[in-house]
Amino acid sequence: MKALLPIAGVVAVLAAVPLVVHSNVVLNFLVVTLMIALVGQGWNMLGGYGGQYSFGHAAFFGTGAYTTAILQVHYGVNAWIGFAAGIAAGAAAGAIVGALAFRAGLRSSYFALVTLAVAEVLRILASVAPITGAGVGLLLKLDVRAQSFQFQSRTAFYFVILALLAVSLVITRLLEQSRFGVWLIAVRENEDAAMALGVDTFAVKLGAMTLSAAITAAAGCFYVQYFLFVDSGIAYGTWISIEALLTPIIGGVGTVFGALLGALVVKSLGEGAKLVAGDVPGLDLMIYGAVLIAVIRFAPRGLVGTVADAHGRIRRRFATAPAATGEAVRG
Amino acid sequence: MLSPLILITAVLNGLMIGAVYALVALGLTLIYGVLHIINFAHGALMSAALFAAFFAYQKLGLDPYLATFLIAPAFFALGYALQRFVIGPASHGDDRNMLLVTLGLAVLIENALLYAFHADTRTVDLPYAFRSIDLGFTFLALPRVVSFAAVFVVALLLWAIMALTDTGKAIRAVASEKLGAELAGIDVAHIYAVTFGLGTACVAIAACLLVPTYYVTPRAGEAFVLVAFTIVVLGGMGSVPGALIGGLLIGIVESLAGFFLGESLGQVGIFLIFIVVLLVRPRGLFGASA
Repeated sequence: MKALLPIAGVVAVLAAVPLVVHSNVVLNFLVVTLMIALVGQGWNMLGGYGGQYSFGHAAFFGTGAYTTAILQVHYGVNAWIGFAAGIAAGAAAGAIVGALAFRAGLRSSYFALVTLAVAEVLRILASVAPITGAGVGLLLKLDVRAQSFQFQSRTAFYFVILALLAVSLVITRLLEQSRFGVWLIAVRENEDAAMALGVDTFAVKLGAMTLSAAITAAAGCFYVQYFLFVDSGIAYGTWISIEALLTPIIGGVGTVFGALLGALVVKSLGEGAKLVAGDVPGLDLMIYGAVLIAVIRFAPRGLVGTVADAHGRIRRRFATAPAATGEAVRG
Repeated sequence: MLSPLILITAVLNGLMIGAVYALVALGLTLIYGVLHIINFAHGALMSAALFAAFFAYQKLGLDPYLATFLIAPAFFALGYALQRFVIGPASHGDDRNMLLVTLGLAVLIENALLYAFHADTRTVDLPYAFRSIDLGFTFLALPRVVSFAAVFVVALLLWAIMALTDTGKAIRAVASEKLGAELAGIDVAHIYAVTFGLGTACVAIAACLLVPTYYVTPRAGEAFVLVAFTIVVLGGMGSVPGALIGGLLIGIVESLAGFFLGESLGQVGIFLIFIVVLLVRPRGLFGASA
């Protein structure tokens, strides 16, 4: 239980924000930021802990978003049921892509390529298929009631996305401590060695990908409830694949709070640029690309890793010799 | 009523456009063969080259075919500098980092172009753009014939560089045994950068060949590179003959699929080939090992 205390602390601080802040602009910013953090948290599960870098997590975000939107618009299904179905569909998409890719032994460049291609195929299909609204997209009916997952105030949406994020943080923390998590990290560090030690690497990667896709799909479902609209460019667009991997990489891959920290940085940069230069298409993604390169060049372990390194250096400098001997050396 | 003549024309047109695909794929496969990473920035660099050729024509009045002799060396230098000063140092010896940096470059370049020039579609008007060659039984567009011939000249040139020069020998050495090459005194960082430069020059030449008949937008290159990914996977990552034959093959498939199924589904057909090849035979038709 002690391991979950930092999460409880962070969530408590975030939950207190609406008590202080009443501005709709700020709350909207925070809702979107936490949603992106959730997308990144999903990517982090597979990419951060498992070392399998997906360049097409939009495939799962979009599948979640479209599933709930289609069920609601075309079949009149309740939004909460649609939400659960969206997560299930996202997980299924992750399992299918994962099973095919990992069974074929695709790694590194190949895995990145196949995930990117799957997202792109889905985007093209969604832009022509009638059930997804083709080029027009799907518009949800306005029905502001809690039982249809629509709220009048942004604060309510804020608490929903915060709760979803909190669940994903707890899952990540539990994963870190579980046997499965250790196997997953072993796969990341050296897949052949893990296999030689008897880890079923296929099953481990498949499990991680399914979980990862489910979390990212939950963010996609939330997007639909919040904006009440989805089209192929939003659901399966490059932007979401980029933000999915950018947030944990900036914050710190394979850490519990990396994606949340990264999302705060990424979204602040994007909004800041809009304030300075106006809302010009391409501007935010241009900055994201530059930041991605800079972070990998100068802080490959992300903000969390860099802070930990600096902390370690300072501690070593001030520590007396006998106290330092007991410390494990961190690479 | 389907006459064989129409079919032959479709196949010939497919071969022509396939040659340009092959050139784009050649750049990708060259980089993969030596650096063992997929260059995700390939498409963005192609878009940048398309804009370079467009502005060379509009501002300087330079014919796109002549501009090739200016733009190809410029993009060689750009590719060299990118690998030497950006991608190489940022990789920290991990392939995954290199992949991410090329993805970052792709997003940066593409959106910088979008930011600077907006999503407007630009075209150049050349007197010969619509001229065609009479083969007796069918007509072929002149620019396509020119690009078809040019691709073979470039491929021959590339082969000469690889087979006959010391740099080519060093590139082949690094590709087959990096550590050994390093021990023999080859500057691997330099060879990586030269290879990246050559790959970038290939895609720049392809862009110049396309400008007379194609439209220029910030995302134009991306469409070609997704096709090029398919070709490289089909032909075998790192295989030069694979890229050439795969390119021509995909050109024909696209032309016939477009002919029978319509434009947008033709593209989906290519992606399906791509995913099926990746899953069933990831080392491709000519690749040695995955």
